[in-house]
Amino acid sequence: MMPDLGKYAEAVLSSYAVTIALIAVLIVLSVRRSNRVKKELQEVETKVKSNG
Amino acid sequence: MIALLFRDIRLAMRAGGGFGLGLSFFLIVVVLVPFGVGPQSALLTVIAPGILWLGALLACLLSLDRILALDWEDGSLDLLATSPLPMEGIVSVKALAHWLTTGLPLVAAAPVLGLLLNLSESGYKWLIVSLLVGTPALSVIGTFGAALTVGLKRGGLLLSLLVLPLYVPTLIFGAEVARRGAEGFDVTTPLLMLAGITCGTIALLPFASAAVLRVNLR
Amino acid sequence: MNLNALWEYANPKKFIQTTDRFLPWFAGLAAVTLVGGLIWGFFFTPEDFRQGSTVKIIYLHVPSALMAINAWLMMLITSLIWIVRRHHVSALAARAAAPVGMVMTVIALVTGAIWGQPMWGTWWAWDPRLTSFLILFLFYLGYIALWEAIENDDTAADLTSILCLVGSVFALLSRYAVNFWNQGLHQGASLSLDKEENVADVFWYPLLVCMAGFVFLFIALVLMRTRTEIRARRMRALLARERMGA
Repeated sequence: MMPDLGKYAEAVLSSYAVTIALIAVLIVLSVRRSNRVKKELQEVETKVKSNG
Repeated sequence: MIALLFRDIRLAMRAGGGFGLGLSFFLIVVVLVPFGVGPQSALLTVIAPGILWLGALLACLLSLDRILALDWEDGSLDLLATSPLPMEGIVSVKALAHWLTTGLPLVAAAPVLGLLLNLSESGYKWLIVSLLVGTPALSVIGTFGAALTVGLKRGGLLLSLLVLPLYVPTLIFGAEVARRGAEGFDVTTPLLMLAGITCGTIALLPFASAAVLRVNLR
Repeated sequence: MNLNALWEYANPKKFIQTTDRFLPWFAGLAAVTLVGGLIWGFFFTPEDFRQGSTVKIIYLHVPSALMAINAWLMMLITSLIWIVRRHHVSALAARAAAPVGMVMTVIALVTGAIWGQPMWGTWWAWDPRLTSFLILFLFYLGYIALWEAIENDDTAADLTSILCLVGSVFALLSRYAVNFWNQGLHQGASLSLDKEENVADVFWYPLLVCMAGFVFLFIALVLMRTRTEIRARRMRALLARERMGA
């Protein structure tokens, strides 16, 4: 299944590995922050409504 | 505005004004280089123009926050903002004061330090010319960076991060003039580019710096 | 369509409502085109005559480099919109896009360096293209750092938008300066993949899909992150009002 990358295998594979890793980290961090802020905003909004 | 210029120059020259700081830093950097790369004269001759440019640039960087921070802290900047002077004029004068008290002394010191780095004979003239043409740009760009970070405590590191990428074109062309001059090649193209950048920044960047200061003074 | 109606979406609440519907689609498109394109490129394309299997890196390097530049262009446009029309969503969109653009720049740098290694024999070479991207990375860093350093939201938006403008001019200048600085060295062997070079069809189509994938990924990420910034800003405003009112 894996294509024969010849002597450049290390170069090609490391490129793909780094890219996929960086994109994955970016996505995960963005999603986690989004969820966290959404939750915190809800908490603050309910608190403000109950106070006001 | 002339009055502002003289005031800034006088403040810089006073005891706490940091006048000698830039020069001292320049000297220290140049002295440190051979310790870092080894004392072979041939090597030093090759890298001398670049190191001298880099040293001058970093010495400029050090003194940037003084352009505005002191006036910000004691409220003079607010006063200046309400005066009839246009903000663009104020930032231009501040940049000019910085160049006169920091940039010019560095230009004067550079050939002396060139001796330490075994700069080749033809290199001296072009080193001085390139620094003379390039350091005003460093002051103007530096003023922009100083305006961006003026309100921040410990903004020094951020100031460097913002300003150093902006310095790249000036550094590239300035060092290129010095290098080509040292090797005896034609310097016209980089010199024209360097002059162009300096003139462009002097003419246009004060508007951006003024806008930034107005935002920070709100 | 009335173009003025577009400005309605500059309203933070409307933006979130509208993107509620669009975001899943962009995310889905991104997943499909990105994964599909990379699989196509990695497994189902031949080797290049000169570059061997390293040509497969094209599917990572070109799209990411494109996005690195486009992200900054988008930030420039949204910064201008903030300066002129003071739409908060615009300023926040620029803030949201910066880290994405920065990661794209890093990917372009790393893949570019790795690609160049067999050709140049070193892990890093001061090739004009790569050097320009390195400088672009520094601009991204400074922009993000400035946002983080300033407390007041409006001040931060103003300062960073001016920085983006000035930075764009200097980034362009740097590109020419760097080309001048290194023109002698890598004449023939530069990593040039411009339109002038004839990229054969068998490589080109998967590349198109990958580029689309990166574009959709960028859009999805920026939409999501802008929503986050809008919510964060609203939260800060609410908390500040609480502190003053209580």
